[in-house]
Amino acid sequence: MSSLEIKHLHVSIGDKEIVKGLTLTVQSGEVHAIMGPNGTGKSTLAKAIAGHPDYTITSGDVLLDGTSILEKEADERARAGIFLAFQYPSEIPGVSIANFLRAALQARMAEGEEIDASGYYKQLYREMDLLKIDRKFTARSVNEGFSGGEKKRCEILQMAMLRPKFSLMDETDSGLDIDALRIVADGVNHLRGPELGVLMITHYQRLLSYIVPDFVHVMYDGRIVKSGDKSLALELEAKGYDWVKQELVHA
Amino acid sequence: MSNLNATDTLETVAANPVEGIDQSSGNFSYDVKYEFDAGTGINERVVDYISGVKKEAAWLREFRQNALKTFQAKPLPTHWATRDLEAINFDKIRYYLSSGQKPKRTWDEVPDDIKRTFERLGIPEQERKFLAGVEAQFDSEAAYSNIKEAVSKQGVIFVNSTEGLREHPEIFRKWFGKVIPTGDNKFSALNSAAFSGGSFIYVPPGVKVSHPLQAYFRINAENFGQFERTLIICDEGSEVTYMEGCTAPKFSTSTLHSAVVELVALKGAKIQYITVQNWASNVFNLVTKRGLAHEEAEIKWIDCNIGSRLTMKYPGVVLKGRKARGEVISIALANDGQHQDTGAKMIHAADETTSTIVAKSISVGQGRSTYRGVVHIPRHLKGCKNNTECDALLINSNSRTDTYPAITVRGDRHAVQHEASVSKVSEEQIFYLQQRGLTEGQAMSLSVNGFINDLARQFPMEYSVELKRLIDLEMEGSVG
Repeated sequence: MSSLEIKHLHVSIGDKEIVKGLTLTVQSGEVHAIMGPNGTGKSTLAKAIAGHPDYTITSGDVLLDGTSILEKEADERARAGIFLAFQYPSEIPGVSIANFLRAALQARMAEGEEIDASGYYKQLYREMDLLKIDRKFTARSVNEGFSGGEKKRCEILQMAMLRPKFSLMDETDSGLDIDALRIVADGVNHLRGPELGVLMITHYQRLLSYIVPDFVHVMYDGRIVKSGDKSLALELEAKGYDWVKQELVHA
Repeated sequence: MSNLNATDTLETVAANPVEGIDQSSGNFSYDVKYEFDAGTGINERVVDYISGVKKEAAWLREFRQNALKTFQAKPLPTHWATRDLEAINFDKIRYYLSSGQKPKRTWDEVPDDIKRTFERLGIPEQERKFLAGVEAQFDSEAAYSNIKEAVSKQGVIFVNSTEGLREHPEIFRKWFGKVIPTGDNKFSALNSAAFSGGSFIYVPPGVKVSHPLQAYFRINAENFGQFERTLIICDEGSEVTYMEGCTAPKFSTSTLHSAVVELVALKGAKIQYITVQNWASNVFNLVTKRGLAHEEAEIKWIDCNIGSRLTMKYPGVVLKGRKARGEVISIALANDGQHQDTGAKMIHAADETTSTIVAKSISVGQGRSTYRGVVHIPRHLKGCKNNTECDALLINSNSRTDTYPAITVRGDRHAVQHEASVSKVSEEQIFYLQQRGLTEGQAMSLSVNGFINDLARQFPMEYSVELKRLIDLEMEGSVG
């Protein structure tokens, strides 16, 4: 049982404050959705937790199982169990998916320990089959020339292989047609379980009919302004974000 | 040997390599008392001394003396090359050092300290694994030389150049200095005056050497100049792959490595010449390499340059016979304080000749890489083809890369293609890889290995593993 606690978090890019005091706790086994209009700081939150160097945490804390991760480099956070499914995954020319994932798994092993190649490929193929990814994919360079759907499936494949404690999924539904969305959602649902906590960032309710969240939070202007269960997402879909803005004004 | 006092002067090797020659562990040196030492500086007396120690014929002594005059007369090529060349103090360099022993044929005979050097570098485990023959040069002379019986029975000659000149003058002299004349450039002239060691290989007609032959060059002494001379002749229809590795320890003063390598591929012959070098960062590495490809012959240079203060090297092929093919694959990695000035030369001199150049360079930190290429196709020929691709990868914004392609094509019956690209490892890419658990160094290393992956795949397994490991070490070290 693990926990990811975000406490009064303030994040800036340069001089501009984007996240303005956000508090949220995710336990393993839970799926939290963060919804909100564009530009409210959803992606900033995910990248800051993952340790992107461009994002400065000015105050507040992020604790993984009670220990602050803010002093850790991005790779240390990753190895501690934080995974970020990128909205725009980078291309790595010349590095095959098979070699890339192998290097990532190898980085998690103790010095002198070597990955077992046949076990590795077995696991890789099993996960690829589940995500309906052609096995020939392993030889392709990471994300290079991938379609939007292929990129997102590749992110989920990495998540499946690396088995994080917490996964931050940044707009995983963007750029997906309905078939791709279903495949990606099936993959996430398959990984869902008592070992994994998910923080799912999305703009639309659409994804949430495939990956049903335990909690829904509405983010606006760098803060969480409303929390509820999955019915909140439906309400938002029906009334639009203006409804939240209105409520805030009246509050 | 009691007069050899071996002391391990520098820190020991880090991680043990999985396989391949561990060139990263080259940073150590031994105190060796040299029996033959030509002193510092070069002049007629020094050249005579070298020739005398080697008991050379009069023509060769004269050849050296003429080369010395050419060397002295030629200015440094700083009108196009870097002025860093002016930092070489030719009067401070020691031109010949040897402990006097003949190359040993069995490993057990090699003196203990030299043996230890090469064992740390992975020889002869390497030889046992897959080589058909190996020659290891320690400063000026070969310390160990062995060719497998099977290859020797096929009539293949693989000896050091001193022995080649002595035992096989009829073959050697015919081609010696013909592909690269003494006056080709200042450093080929210096090599022609002071050369010692290097390999001499002759492959008889139709013989295909199934396993690679390998040479290993080791500079052990400070202020030393290594001037090996290699000549490979592949007779009609024969084939050989030759690989060389080079290291030197880090000294506080600079060291000079100036080799001349000549290849001759007679009709239908194939030569593949592979270099993986990892010089210490104070070595001036100024090497002239050229091959002569006769009709339907093929010469391929695979050249990986890591380390050194300044490398200037442009392997070339003179495509002399109809349908001859030439290829240069060049990988250069310039780290902080290093300048890799590399490239290729393709001189088309017959119809239907084809050449390919693929050069990839990586500049890290303040490192600088330069590509210079010459492609020459004259008007009277027809059906010649050249394809040049040069790609540069910059790791930091203050790295530097320059490309100077000189393509001269006359006539209208040829096909020439040139592509160049510069790319940068972006911060987003590094963050992406770090987010998957790789350290910053591992992330950069994986990116660099990806960049050269399509070329590295063409290498023999042992060398691509070795290259990957060298890049890992360079990139790990470059992260502040």
